[in-house]
Amino acid sequence: ERRKQVRDEWSACLTNLAETRDKSEFARLFGYFAPRVKSYILRLGMPDATAEEVTQEAMLLVWRKAHLFNRTKASASTWIFTLARNQSIDRMRREKMALYELPEEEPDPDHRDMGEHLVIEGRMKAAIDTLPENQAQVLHLSYYEGKSHSEIADQLGIPLGSVKSRLRLAFSKLKAHWGEDA
Amino acid sequence: MNITHHFDDATLMAYSAGSLPQGMALLVACHLHWCPHCRERSEQTDAIGGALLNQLAPTRLNDDALNAVLARLDEPEQEFASVKHDTVSSAAAAELPAPLAQMLGKPIDQLPWKRIGYGVRQLDLELDGPGATRLLRISPGVSVPHHTHGGNELTLILRGSYNDEIGRFCMGDVADLDDDVSHQPIVDTNEDCICLIATDAPLKFSGLMGRLVQPFIGL
Ligand SMILES: [Zn+2]
Ligand SMILES: [Zn+2]
Repeated sequence: ERRKQVRDEWSACLTNLAETRDKSEFARLFGYFAPRVKSYILRLGMPDATAEEVTQEAMLLVWRKAHLFNRTKASASTWIFTLARNQSIDRMRREKMALYELPEEEPDPDHRDMGEHLVIEGRMKAAIDTLPENQAQVLHLSYYEGKSHSEIADQLGIPLGSVKSRLRLAFSKLKAHWGEDA
Repeated sequence: MNITHHFDDATLMAYSAGSLPQGMALLVACHLHWCPHCRERSEQTDAIGGALLNQLAPTRLNDDALNAVLARLDEPEQEFASVKHDTVSSAAAAELPAPLAQMLGKPIDQLPWKRIGYGVRQLDLELDGPGATRLLRISPGVSVPHHTHGGNELTLILRGSYNDEIGRFCMGDVADLDDDVSHQPIVDTNEDCICLIATDAPLKFSGLMGRLVQPFIGL
């Protein structure tokens, strides 16, 4: 499927970048991801000029940290999402706090490989599209707008417990695609 | 470490989404350092973010954005203001999860604990709110007054154990509770129970609390 090939290409591109330090590879990644990262950061509520700046910083980190990209752990888009998220949190807190990075682990030979991650992500995306409206809504408010569970509860006028149960339901549907065979 | 109590899915989703207050995010990161089970689940909740990133319609960057970043690629990498790892004593690193060891820099027994009465000592990490982030050190046999929660309450056990209506919590376990749950934890061995607690809203104490609640005011 074309879409899968496209993502496959980005994970390969990022792995390649770590080895070759080839700036034209970086420019390709930038062309695809930077405009999406900027959309994400804008949704978090940052003004345009700040979003532009944070996007550029996040992409600079992609270059600097490419050697930490572990294809057995995540796809390129998941990895770049987490970098952009951490960079945004850092900016929003307006203080230099250490990012809580996870330990670097040796790749686990039993861990699902990159190919499978890409399939998972493709299926996850398809599954997100089929979530009931009320579950998709809390997912978007949480991930795209960075709203806390309490803020979502206030905004929608529903109890905190309902926000969490909608998120749990969404997650149980999405993670059902995680362990399946392709 | 034999971890039996883990995070709620919704909490890991909030962590991945970046929507937890600072203290709760710190606590989640600490448990993730100790718990391979939750690490794998957090990869799944991160992957939701990755899939959503792909779904976003692109936004135009400034015309010179790519050139501006390309021009910076060869800059020497500035040290971020991250805590220097060599200042973390090995004693702290041995008994604390890495994010907390880096933040505190000292082993548990050398921290500036404040005695607040009734067999309780505490250390306020003074992170930005909403809510509170504290280390509590509770003596054997002492119980936290019966309470429920205004919002979410996360507790990570660093040493010792306690028992409450939900179960027994030992080193590495997390209690992930909200306003649906009321409980009264009691330290159940002859060792102090030391835990990290992070909330996003004040606790709500029930019953005749009066001065009993005093040590826990602010949580
Ligand atoms: Zn766990
Ligand atoms: Zn509680």
